Amino acid sequence: MAQQTATASHSSSSQPRILDREPLVLNNRSYSWITNRICGIVENRQPKLWWILFIPSVILTGIMAFCFVYLISTGVGVWGQKQPVAWAWDITNFVFWIGIGHAGTLISAILFLTRQKWRTAVNRASEAMTLFAVMCAGLFPAFHVGRVWMVWFLAPVPNANAIWQNFKSPLLWDVFAVSTYFTVSVMFWFIGLVPDLATLRDRCKPGLRRTLYGIFALGWRGGNRQWNHYEMAYLLLAALSTPLVLSVHSVVSFDFATSVVPGWHTTIFPPYFVAGAIFGGFAMVLTLMIPARRIYGLYDLITEKHIDNMAKIILLTGTIVGYGYSMEFFMAYYSGNQYELQTFQLRGLYGPSVWYYYCMFGFNVFVPQLFWFKWCRKNLFVVLFVCMCVNAGMWYERYVIIVTTLERHFMPGSWRVFDATWVDNWTFIGTFGFFMMNFLLFLRFLPVIAVAEVKAVLPEANPHHDDHHEKGVHELEIEYGKVKVS
Amino acid sequence: MARTTLKRVHGYLAEFDSASDVYHASEQIRDAGFQRWDVHSPFPIHGLNEAMGLKRSILPWFVFFGGAAGITTAFCLAYITQVGIYPTVVQSKPANIFTTAAFFPIMFELTILFSAFTTVFGCFALMGLPRLNHPLFAAKTFKKFSDDGFFICIEARDPKFHQAETRALLEGLGGKNIELVEDEL
Repeated sequence: MAQQTATASHSSSSQPRILDREPLVLNNRSYSWITNRICGIVENRQPKLWWILFIPSVILTGIMAFCFVYLISTGVGVWGQKQPVAWAWDITNFVFWIGIGHAGTLISAILFLTRQKWRTAVNRASEAMTLFAVMCAGLFPAFHVGRVWMVWFLAPVPNANAIWQNFKSPLLWDVFAVSTYFTVSVMFWFIGLVPDLATLRDRCKPGLRRTLYGIFALGWRGGNRQWNHYEMAYLLLAALSTPLVLSVHSVVSFDFATSVVPGWHTTIFPPYFVAGAIFGGFAMVLTLMIPARRIYGLYDLITEKHIDNMAKIILLTGTIVGYGYSMEFFMAYYSGNQYELQTFQLRGLYGPSVWYYYCMFGFNVFVPQLFWFKWCRKNLFVVLFVCMCVNAGMWYERYVIIVTTLERHFMPGSWRVFDATWVDNWTFIGTFGFFMMNFLLFLRFLPVIAVAEVKAVLPEANPHHDDHHEKGVHELEIEYGKVKVS
Repeated sequence: MARTTLKRVHGYLAEFDSASDVYHASEQIRDAGFQRWDVHSPFPIHGLNEAMGLKRSILPWFVFFGGAAGITTAFCLAYITQVGIYPTVVQSKPANIFTTAAFFPIMFELTILFSAFTTVFGCFALMGLPRLNHPLFAAKTFKKFSDDGFFICIEARDPKFHQAETRALLEGLGGKNIELVEDEL
C-alpha cells in the first residue's frame, strides 16, 4: 500500500499534490476534551511527584532567602568577588536567568507574527517561565548594589540629594529594559490568560476559587465584539514585544560592549547574546515541558512535532552562538590588538579558567549538533540530555565572558583567579528552587496550556471546515482511483 | 409583604453546534439588519468579524498616541535631568542636544512600555471589562461558551427585536436551547 502510494505520486506529475499537514492536536480531540484535560490539572489533586518537587523547591527558596539576609546583614563581601573581579557569579547568574527569560516572549510574540501555529501548545508555560526567570534575574543586580535598601535610587524619582540617574549609562538602560520587559511580559501573559480563567471560573463550584478566578477573568463573556478587540490587542502586544525581546538582551550586552575592557568591547555582542538567550530559553522550555507532558499526560497537545520544532530552533541558535564564539576569536586575532588577543588566548587556550571555555564550547556548540539527526530529536532522553547540556553551557558562557575576562586585567599585579564562596553557590542554587516553586504553583493554579488558543487551531475551528474540506494525499489517491479502498 | 422583582428582557440566547453553524447564522443575522447582538464562542472564529459586519478595532489609534506619549516622556525625562537640571559630562558625551543619541535605548523602552499599557487598558476599555455581573451569566446554558458552546445573543434593545419573530429567526437558523434571558432590575 505504501509502495502503491509512492508510485502513484510519481506518476501524476502535472499537478502538485496537497500534502497532509501533521495535525497540531493528535487523535481528533474535541473542544471539551481539551478543556477537561487542561483544567483537570488544576482541579484534580496533584500527583505525588508534584509534592516531591515542591517541598525541596520551597526549602531551596528558604536557603536563598537566608543567603540574601546574610548578605544584607554582613555585606557584599560574603560573595567571592574581590578586585579585579567585581562582577562575578551574581552578574553571571543575572545574565543567565534573563537569557532563559527570552524564550517565552519569543514563542508568544515572534512565532505569533510569523503564524507558527504550533506555538499554542507551549506559549503559556514558556511565558510563565519567562516571568519567573526574570524574577530570579532581577534579584542579583538588586543585591549586587550593596545597599539593597537604596535600590530605589535606580528609579528616576526626585530624591533629597537632587541627583538624577545617568541616562547615558548602559546600566540604567538595563534597568529600563529589564523592567519594561517584565511588565510587558506580565501583561501579555495576563491578557492571554483571561479567556482561560473564564473557563476555570465556569467550571468551579461557587466558593472562594470561583470568586478569585471570576475576578481575574474580569467577567469575560467570549463575545465576538470582545474577541475583535482582544485579537487586535494580542497582535499589537506581539508586535511590540518582538523588538522588545530583541532589545533586552542587546541592552544587557551593552553593559559589556560599551566598556573598554578587552574581550568585552565588541560589536558582535548584541546579536550573539540574543541568539544565546533564545538558545538557552528553548532548552529550559524543553527541560520543563517534557516532564510536564509526561506527568500530566499531554501527549496529544504537546506532540513530537512540537518538540522536534524546538529542537531545530536549538540547533539553529546553537550554531549561531558557535559562529559568535569563533568570530570573536577570529576578530581578536585579526584586529592585531595584543590585549584583545591575549584575553582570548587566556580564555580559550591557556588561562586559569580554560576549562570553563571548553565546557561552554562543548555544551553549546558540539552537543546540539546531535539535533541534525531525526532520531535524536525524536528520542526524548537525548533531547533532555542536550537541553541539560545547553542549560549548563549557557551558564559557562556567561562565566567565561564575565569572570575569565576580569581575572586577567591590564595590570598583572592585580591578577586574581575568582573563587566562589558558599554564599555564591547557595544563592544560585536557591534561585533554582525559587524558579521551580513558582513554576509548580503555576501548574497548580493556572492552565498550563492556552485552552482557547489550542481550540482555535483545531481543524473544526475553521468556520469553512465543512464547506470545502482540503483533501490530503490519501483522499486524493482514493478519489483518483489510484488506491483501492477495501 | 411580598417583595416584587422587576425584570427586563435582555434578549434571546441560542446555541449552535459548531463554529461553521454559528458563522453561517451570523451572516444571516447581519443581513437581516440587526445591530445589538453578539456571538459568544470559546475561541475567536476566523473571519467572523466580516460575517458579523464588524469594523476593524480602533485600538491601534490609541496605541499610537500611547507610544508617542512614551517617547516624549522618555526624552523629556532624560534631557531635562541630564542637560537642564544637572548637566553631567560623562562617557565623553556633551551635555547638550547632541547627547540625545545616548538616550535612545531609554526612549525605545518607554515607547514600548507606554504602548503596551495603552494596548492592555485600551483593550479592556473597548471590551467593557472588567464587568463581573452580566445578565447572560444567569442564562442556563451560557456556561458552555467557555468550553465548547457557540451562542448567539440578540439583545432586546435592538430596534429590530421582536419577541416572537426573533425567536423564529433563531430557530430557523438552527439555534437550539433558545432562551429568553432576563435582567433583574
